[in-house]
Amino acid sequence: MSSEPTEVHHAEGEHGDTMTRKRIWKVFFILLAITCVEFFIALFMVPNHHMPINIANPVYIVLTLFKAFYIVAFFMHLKFEKIGMVYAILVPILFIVGLILVLTNESHHWITLRM
Amino acid sequence: MSATVSQIDELKTTPWSGGRSPFNVEYGKMMMWFFLLSDAFTFSSLLIAYGALRFSAPTWPSPSLVFQSVPGTSIEHGAPLVFVGLMTFILIMSSVTMVLAVEAGHRNSKKEVIWWMIGTIIGGVMFLSCQALEWNHLHSEGFWWSAIPNKETLQEFFEKGVPFAQQQMTSHQFANLFFTITGFHGFHVFSGVIINIIITINVLLGTYEKRGSYLMIEKVGLYWHFVDLVWVFVFTFFYLV
Repeated sequence: MSSEPTEVHHAEGEHGDTMTRKRIWKVFFILLAITCVEFFIALFMVPNHHMPINIANPVYIVLTLFKAFYIVAFFMHLKFEKIGMVYAILVPILFIVGLILVLTNESHHWITLRM
Repeated sequence: MSATVSQIDELKTTPWSGGRSPFNVEYGKMMMWFFLLSDAFTFSSLLIAYGALRFSAPTWPSPSLVFQSVPGTSIEHGAPLVFVGLMTFILIMSSVTMVLAVEAGHRNSKKEVIWWMIGTIIGGVMFLSCQALEWNHLHSEGFWWSAIPNKETLQEFFEKGVPFAQQQMTSHQFANLFFTITGFHGFHVFSGVIINIIITINVLLGTYEKRGSYLMIEKVGLYWHFVDLVWVFVFTFFYLV
């Protein structure tokens, strides 16, 4: 138990790329900035009719995916893992994409059923 | 003959030829990743169900009208996103303290790990308190699982001219989905706080110092960041869209 984790650490050290304190704060400010942009859109752009809501919504989703990338890649350290590990985690996410596609399509039909 | 054998031996040094972990990740950490993947499926199913029901609904309670108060203060109107913005900030901040604890663990600095872990726990408790206030506020308005406010209160949450029958139907769906999804997320935060407390006690007892590695902090860190990750999506789909 004790020898294995240190081996893993060595391997990461050889990689040379890991989370330093400077990088942690950089990622934090990126996340904060993205959230501030979302607030700016929701509190200023949309109520004052600078941006219609059907454009704002996809923008929110794209910004959210950016935030998700920064959390998973840097805070959860996935960017610095072996490429096989990255694929083992990311490829199954396709199932979620599949469910989104199926249910958005399905809910189109529900609209007519409910009317 | 001996030359051929040594050639085969050479071939066996690639990551996928066996005898070692091709992912170069410790067992527990990899299992945590796979658990989080399964948890991601659960949360996605809930959020996608929410999306499908909302997408097919003729109308929906407007987030900027439902969440326009700051629970715990006297501000009841005209402050949309302020309270949830605070909650989001608290959770992102506690994610930062968690990753700083992991970083301190890499340097085997026990004292720093303890302080950052305590910071993370405080952040988690603050978030849960905010969520309790939010729930309490919605409950006092009349929302609960399959319960909605009376006709007069309900009208405040919709754009003008939406028929009452539609208001009733979608409010029920909104209430059920909101309490189920934020409740499930809050339960994860609560579990995370408990796990963080246990791990902090272990750090204090010197368990990981004896083990020679603070890898356990990384594993609970993964869980904690995942909770933050889910909140990013819940925040977008309940409060912004």
